[in-house]
Amino acid sequence: MNKNVIPVGPFHPLLEEAEYFTLTVDGETVVDIELDIGWMHRGHEFISEQKTFTQSIFLVERICGICSTSHPLALVHAIEDVDNIEIPERAAYIRTLIGELERIHSHLLWLGLAGHFIGYDTVWMWAWKYREPVLEMFEVISGNRNHYGMMRVGGVSKDVEPAKISELAKNLDMIQTKLEMIAKAVNDDPVLKSRLKGVGVLTKQAAIDFCAVGPTSRASGIPADVRKTDPKDAYGMVDFKVIVLQNGDVYDKLVLRVLETFESIKIVKQCLDKLAENNSPILNDIKEIKPGEGIGRYEAPRGEVFHYVRTDGTNRPIRHKVRAPSYVNIPTFQASCKGIPIADALITLAAVDPCYCCTERSLKFIDINHDPLKYDLLKISREKTESFRRQINGL
Amino acid sequence: MGWYNKRLAKSIWVFHMSASPCNNCDIEILDLLTPKYDIERLGIKLVGSVRHADVILLSGVINQKVAPRVKKIYEQAAKPCFVVGVGTCPSGGCCFNDSYNIVEKREDVIPIDMYIPGCPPKPEAMIEGVAKLIGVLNG
Repeated sequence: MNKNVIPVGPFHPLLEEAEYFTLTVDGETVVDIELDIGWMHRGHEFISEQKTFTQSIFLVERICGICSTSHPLALVHAIEDVDNIEIPERAAYIRTLIGELERIHSHLLWLGLAGHFIGYDTVWMWAWKYREPVLEMFEVISGNRNHYGMMRVGGVSKDVEPAKISELAKNLDMIQTKLEMIAKAVNDDPVLKSRLKGVGVLTKQAAIDFCAVGPTSRASGIPADVRKTDPKDAYGMVDFKVIVLQNGDVYDKLVLRVLETFESIKIVKQCLDKLAENNSPILNDIKEIKPGEGIGRYEAPRGEVFHYVRTDGTNRPIRHKVRAPSYVNIPTFQASCKGIPIADALITLAAVDPCYCCTERSLKFIDINHDPLKYDLLKISREKTESFRRQINGL
Repeated sequence: MGWYNKRLAKSIWVFHMSASPCNNCDIEILDLLTPKYDIERLGIKLVGSVRHADVILLSGVINQKVAPRVKKIYEQAAKPCFVVGVGTCPSGGCCFNDSYNIVEKREDVIPIDMYIPGCPPKPEAMIEGVAKLIGVLNG
């Protein structure tokens, strides 16, 4: 038997981030996959501990540009958890509104990229064309297309002006009709169906074994959704369904994301209705955070994002730990990629919507005997990669 | 090289290199290809190999691990090849200047000819930046 190794990356035309896969193939079949990470590592946790809480919000926003509300939301949840800080009702609705709008844009982005990966550029162009109005809505609300800077401890920084609500609702209706058109076209397409059905199956047991989160687990029949199980902000006050599908293949992941987008539109509409009638303040003035520790969770478009913060009564955290959803979703490649043809490998890799920027944010190093700035970070980076590899191989 | 640059400016082929960014500039660069902005109408094309490229769009602060690869890729490019730093990260380091893992002098790794500031810059700003580059190439 002749085994060949195919390196993919770090700079590859298909990958918009730098990442490095090694696919071991036997003929056409993938028998092993290894992942080398660290190309995106910037040391967020280390920087965060030198910044104040409000500055940290801007920093964690830049962990990842696609889920740039999920991380700040999880961080403010964690800081509020330290002191049991309450937020005004209007702020809760605005947070949920921003979070769900982000889910719409992220799922549309994934749909487009998935289409691009299987050589279906029409889907890419369509999905991204109708993603633009979502970004325009963000621009109307926050003043920026990405990196909104909306979250604050105790509320949100900007209000949604009542005059703009009808315009936003109209925009949303337009997006919904266009999305229905895309969903119908995707659903009716036999090529797409035969290309994606039964490809890269992640069984329910494998999803449990690898602790998969988010759409990756929900497409395999596990109803894990932090929005339902631990509702924060306005999630307890709005009506929505958790979509769960059973097959765990790429097609189910695609359908699940499309259906979730419609649920998100439903939530955004409810939030806009509530914001039109409710007129409370948007920010509680928080003077100080007492010593303690807190955790914050939020269902990012890719799954549960988790932040841990320990404070000592000053205005900056003494420990800040981030766990991004892709960090647990990426090892599922071991279960879903083995035994599939090489041509299906890329879409299977893309199906979990891996975000390497999120995954690699957080190598944190404290050693009182060494100056962390002078330590051999390449070595640490390699050690981390090695431990990651061991974790994947189950050693 | 004035005559060469003038011919280069007619149709710029760009290669997109992400050196530890937050993904946002990269998504906005891809956004340029989609129907709303559609930069292919201006003769600008995104290519898969740096050997075909006239312009490298660099995004992100360059970290220790990716720096040798960035350097190597720049060396592989056919010269003249212009480097445009997209976003605040290549120009000022954004909020990552305190990090232990980024290279201190990005200019040592790759010479950057032009910066487009913004976090992330709007697609309109990127188009304006590339248009300015075309103006410079035309003399």
